Amino acid sequence: MAMAAADIERLIRAGIPDAQVTIRDLAGDGDHYAATVIAESFRGKSRVAQHKAVYDALQGEMGGALHALALQTGTP
Amino acid sequence: MSVNQFIDNEVKSNDVVLFMKGTPQFPQCGFSGQVVQILDHLGIAYKGLNVLESDELRNGIKAYSNWPTIPQLYVKGEFVGGCDIIREMFQASELQDLLKEKGVPVRADAPA
Repeated sequence: MAMAAADIERLIRAGIPDAQVTIRDLAGDGDHYAATVIAESFRGKSRVAQHKAVYDALQGEMGGALHALALQTGTP
Repeated sequence: MSVNQFIDNEVKSNDVVLFMKGTPQFPQCGFSGQVVQILDHLGIAYKGLNVLESDELRNGIKAYSNWPTIPQLYVKGEFVGGCDIIREMFQASELQDLLKEKGVPVRADAPA
């Protein structure tokens, strides 16, 4: 099971419209990515809340089709 | 006892609990291994629970915290975060501050 970087980016953007998303494929196997998500809407939110927003945007793919996503979030 | 009660009991009766893949001695996932390294570096006493031993636990913990990944760190009954967050907090010394604030002994000579 794997996901394409473009699908990850599309889902995150759909869930967090103001997000700037950069995805790095860590292993080339479609299962291990690193993502940086910067969004103004994260301002004032705890890290857990920011990461949860990204996981929610991924609609359950996280931990399923997507095995590993090293996540970094922040505000512009 | 339901898995939820089991988790709740573990989280509330241990100061620091790490739900992980593998054991602290033998982590079986890079992310779990990173958190083990950070906790050992800080000299934290913690209980490791291996979610690979039971699918019920592996899924139960995700439902309990409404967090989709493993590992998951709990301090004094509160979910702190997964690997990314623990690493970020450690690098910013926020993890050390949180532990001290919660009265969890951190090794004195552990550099920030």
